[in-house]
Amino acid sequence: MAILSKDEAQQILKKVITFSKADGIEATLNGNDGGNIRYARNSVSTSGEDSNVSLGVQSYFGKKAGTATINEFDDASLEKVVRRSEELAQLAPENPEFMEPLTQQTYQDSKTFIEATANITPDYRAQAAANSINPAAAKEVTAAGYLTDSRGFSALMNSKGLFAYNKATSVDFTVTMRTNDGTGSGWVTRNFNDVKKLDTAEASKVAIDKALQSRNAKAIEPGKYTVILEPAAAGDLIGLMFFGMNARQADEGRSFMSKKGGGTKLGEKIVDERVNIYTDPWNEEVPASSWIGGGGGGGFFGGGGGNSTGLPREKMDILKNGVVSNLFYDRYWASQKNVKPVPFPGNRIMEGGNASLEDMIKDTKKGVLVTRFWYIRPVDPQTLLYTGLTRDGTFYIENGKIKHPIKNFRFNESPIIMLNNLETLGKQVRVGNGEGGGVPSLIPYMKIRDFTFTSLSDAV
Amino acid sequence: MKRRDFIQLTGMSAGAMMLPISSFANSVDPARFLDPLLDVQQKKALADAALNTAKSLGATYTDVRIGRYLNQFVTTREKKVQNIINTESFGVGIRVIVNGTWGFAASNNVTADGMKKTTERAVAIAKANSKFQKEPVKLATTPSYGEVSWKTPIVKNGFEVPVKEKVDLLLNANAKALEKGANFVNSIIFLVNEQKYFASSEGSYIDQDVHRTWPNFSVNAIDRASGQFKSRPAFSAPVGMGYEYLDGKAEDKIQGPGGVIMYNKSYDIVEDATMAAEQVKQMIAAKSVEPGKYDLVLEPSHLWLTIHESVGHPTELDRVLGYEANFAGTSFLTLDKWQSKKFNFGSKQVNIVADKTQVGSLGAVGYDDEGVQCKKWDLIKDGVLVNYQAIRDQVNIIGQKESHGCCYSQSWSDVQFQRMANVSLQPGKEQLTPEQMIAGVEKGIYIVKDGSFSIDQQRYNFQFGGVLFFEIKNGKIEGMLKDVAYQANTQDFWNSCVQVCDERDYRMNGAFNDGKGQPPQSNAVSHGSATARFNGVNVINTGRTI
Repeated sequence: MAILSKDEAQQILKKVITFSKADGIEATLNGNDGGNIRYARNSVSTSGEDSNVSLGVQSYFGKKAGTATINEFDDASLEKVVRRSEELAQLAPENPEFMEPLTQQTYQDSKTFIEATANITPDYRAQAAANSINPAAAKEVTAAGYLTDSRGFSALMNSKGLFAYNKATSVDFTVTMRTNDGTGSGWVTRNFNDVKKLDTAEASKVAIDKALQSRNAKAIEPGKYTVILEPAAAGDLIGLMFFGMNARQADEGRSFMSKKGGGTKLGEKIVDERVNIYTDPWNEEVPASSWIGGGGGGGFFGGGGGNSTGLPREKMDILKNGVVSNLFYDRYWASQKNVKPVPFPGNRIMEGGNASLEDMIKDTKKGVLVTRFWYIRPVDPQTLLYTGLTRDGTFYIENGKIKHPIKNFRFNESPIIMLNNLETLGKQVRVGNGEGGGVPSLIPYMKIRDFTFTSLSDAV
Repeated sequence: MKRRDFIQLTGMSAGAMMLPISSFANSVDPARFLDPLLDVQQKKALADAALNTAKSLGATYTDVRIGRYLNQFVTTREKKVQNIINTESFGVGIRVIVNGTWGFAASNNVTADGMKKTTERAVAIAKANSKFQKEPVKLATTPSYGEVSWKTPIVKNGFEVPVKEKVDLLLNANAKALEKGANFVNSIIFLVNEQKYFASSEGSYIDQDVHRTWPNFSVNAIDRASGQFKSRPAFSAPVGMGYEYLDGKAEDKIQGPGGVIMYNKSYDIVEDATMAAEQVKQMIAAKSVEPGKYDLVLEPSHLWLTIHESVGHPTELDRVLGYEANFAGTSFLTLDKWQSKKFNFGSKQVNIVADKTQVGSLGAVGYDDEGVQCKKWDLIKDGVLVNYQAIRDQVNIIGQKESHGCCYSQSWSDVQFQRMANVSLQPGKEQLTPEQMIAGVEKGIYIVKDGSFSIDQQRYNFQFGGVLFFEIKNGKIEGMLKDVAYQANTQDFWNSCVQVCDERDYRMNGAFNDGKGQPPQSNAVSHGSATARFNGVNVINTGRTI
């Protein structure tokens, strides 16, 4: 019963609302069917499926709110969960930041659900793994990969008349290919709503080629280099920048978006004027739910909207011509600042250019090509400085050609400095669940000057 | 096999703080925490139903984990309670071997019928996966323990302490920090209780009651004029103890170098928050470090994380073998290095043990999640790599007959696999205090508490920050530094260890939520050490302008 239709979800939620004796009530119904397969050492190691539907109810009396959850849906259970949320609300301390639920909003239908993905079977997963393992084994390469897929829905109703529904599918694939002699490693990631776009054999070939080409890497001196970042690498740092764009922290003076002397950098140019980043739930390549909390899987961004649950998502600029267009305001902070709430985006889109990776390499005199970054952690939130390492395919470029693989580097760099040192933007690619957080993004290849590598790593 | 959901609390640290809550966890009335639900005999009858079903379907091995996982999170900021979350998750995970292949299934339907159906699913998955199996599973033998039990030796069950008492304690700590001039304070108490029942087809029936507690805060200071801000986390440790950890006994307070108060077996959150407000202002005013080579004196509240990342992870056998290659990575401690019996991991001062029995540690249990009695064993002896951390289906690969007992699952709904034991640096044999150690350093930095951290996928190259950095000049602490991070190669770093203070200075800290696996699972693990000195480590300056 994990995927309920709009009508089925509405029927259950209506019953829940009628049981309420509190000042108000809000109920969310989330369901998810997921499956995965994991392999290592060219053999499947684990696989599984899960299924869960859960009802969450928040009741409130004044500014005292209580939440209870249940996964049974007969009338007695629905009433029980409402009563429990009311009891917990009566026991709770007053929350001065409590916001009453939203009234009815207007939502457009989203494009996040694809039937083919919803119909993935264990046999499909097994074949997808085999299509990745077999070509690896044939080339003296060892595959370790993970494919995970989900189909889910999310529905919301409250005592102020709001009802919202969305369903979504996703498939995420990563594989690390290591040469059997341990000297070369390649990696690839693919993330889609539509499984028809996924070809694990094609993706695995990219990673196998990288593994073979990255054998016997040479050490070059750490320092500042021109880099060409593949979208997975750049996307991680841009995703992390988004996490720091919370308006409340900026207003409170504890964010890289806080301005020296007071105020925030909203409306100020902080990066190169060719940088345009926006969110658009209707984008065909990276569709997102049309409302906050409507992810359809109960995950981080799908589920927890906090006091912003139910807000409609809109197309919105984040950085326009290098200028900060929006910071993210939850409903409480927006009410304090007398502005419109700005929900955290469901996708990230950075405008690219026409250059292919080959074009960008051809135009590079000396530089480093980076496949991906790894173990990215904050060093200084004031400057948004992060450290991390290159991994699974790092190459030296000289006079327009890839000259040889190089040993991995540790970097210490801020995405703000990186986007100020922009040289060229290339074509966009969809990237998924990297280290920059779990919303799908369209990120271009980008060439950056003076990227700071601070030490060498022997890791392959 | 569940992904995890998170509740985001903005403002807790640099960015945001995530509370890990299982997708299957239901919010409950805290009064429910004290209901036992099922007694041991009821659990045994249910487990036997699964064991019998599996046997009749051709399983050659089966284990059943009936688990009840309770969590409480009390969060506050400044003068406000932000949230009180009480969750319960209850269900069963069943693992079988059929045709030499693992199969696993889980359900929250813990009835005789539910056990049967879940077992059937586990068997079906094992049969489907056996098509791809290249090497049949070989389990190291383990004794049949019969009906046994184990409990974390707590004095005060945190779940019995009224929520109001916890809220009052946190708000009191917040108030003290604000009085002393902090701009913002977030504070939290996490409580975990794992009630785990394990039964196997080999005749072990193990009932365990595991408690963990973690008070924490973030005290912030902001200097609007210069645009600087800093946060100082609590000097508490997450512990395998009850609420008695918050008693803050005088005998557990340690007056350290630089005027810093550290805590051992109990913690005074109000005193620490007061001290944090003073220190966080000094952190802003501190001198920016001159990059270069320094002798580092690393306090246990800092060194635990370096041990965790650079010793704990690379000695995990599943990483060495490549099972984690696509996510957490592999390890530079390859089998040939261990086989040589002379791989120089560190200096002679470096003795590192794995221990699942250490009292008060996060990893302490009587038996692991595949029914192996826990123990202590050497990983690094006099600087040489002597062993790994391995579980029943992998330990045969290193020619050993006995599992190390470090198999763990975060929940009934996830399959158990190799997880890190408590991995700790043993104290030095010579009498030595941190003050005496510092007195011998000409140009150095004394680092207190863990901060920023990053390490490569084979655990060679790392970078660590910290919270308090004190400059040492000619044997004396001169004042506070900022913008400090050190970078090193693991083997070089541990070979630069020249001194470890004695057992009087030995303390544990740890990770409440260490991630590994796909889908990711969380593990809690402690790391002990005394203050240790590392010579000639490369320090960089992390200050930037944007």
